[in-house]
Amino acid sequence: MKRFAATLACVVLCVAPFAAIAADAVPTEMDPVQAARAVKLAEQLRCLVCQNQSIAESNAELANDLRGQIREQIAAGKTDDEIVAYMVNRYGDFVLYRPPIKATTLLLWAGPALLLVGGALVLARNVRRRQGAPEVALTAEERARAERLLAGGTEQDAP
Amino acid sequence: MNRRLLVPLVIFLVLAGFLFVGLWRDPREVPSPLVGKPAPAFSLGQLHVPEKTLGAADMKGKVWLMNVWASWCVSCREEHPLLVSLSKAKVVPIIGLDYKDEPAAGKRWLADNGDPYDMSVMDRDGRVGIDYGVYGVPETFLIDKTGTIRYKQIGPLTEDALRNKILPMVRELEKS
Repeated sequence: MKRFAATLACVVLCVAPFAAIAADAVPTEMDPVQAARAVKLAEQLRCLVCQNQSIAESNAELANDLRGQIREQIAAGKTDDEIVAYMVNRYGDFVLYRPPIKATTLLLWAGPALLLVGGALVLARNVRRRQGAPEVALTAEERARAERLLAGGTEQDAP
Repeated sequence: MNRRLLVPLVIFLVLAGFLFVGLWRDPREVPSPLVGKPAPAFSLGQLHVPEKTLGAADMKGKVWLMNVWASWCVSCREEHPLLVSLSKAKVVPIIGLDYKDEPAAGKRWLADNGDPYDMSVMDRDGRVGIDYGVYGVPETFLIDKTGTIRYKQIGPLTEDALRNKILPMVRELEKS
């Protein structure tokens, strides 16, 4: 019984800190689904202050304000498309990490595929040409030298 | 010359050409989609008279500049003398938008550095700044008589931009 009490005390002491943490977790103002949406949207938008970071990653004050805008608009019932359009209207296509397909971005989208196809064509042509090439016959002298080398001889024997 | 050797050379030259042009372009200057669009409406308290508001609508019928600045903004100091001399020339009204600033700090800054603004408004939460697509203070907008944004300067005004772009546009827009 004494042992049981000791075990119980140990368990209680071990768990107690977690209870404290649980009590600290204040419910967020957004429900988890909306919060996840806000993060997902922020990850797709480029921060204009630190241009290699998304709005989700950047600590710039503008990114912070824009994250606030996203949350506010989600809470107001705006759709993802409407929120993205809001950002594009103000900052241009530049904020989109995935730019829309337009005449000006066609090369950007098609470029990698064109390079791949071009590379494949060049490769295919080269392989075919090499396959078609006739085998070169050795001269008597070269044959003799090859045999000498294969038999364990050294280059020095060669003329 | 062998034609096959020419191909990599041409590819190299094209690539080098693109990269060379890229050297002189500022990646921070993102073209604003707002140029050619109506200036977003706002109504903000004035810096010196907070109970009075001013909005883009109040400037209808005038060609005007809106300069976005803040007392915490370092490069605003760089362009400030230009704005002060521009305001003395009285060629175009300048409205100052004090962006995400403390009114007291903003007023002190203007007292210290000179106040080139015909009127100043406070955008304390930066909401109007977002509507105007502001991402790097200072920024300057040129707005025409119909309330359409005609030009946006990102970063400090320069003598070159003022003399060769903004002022000729102001003169042109005044005629219409």
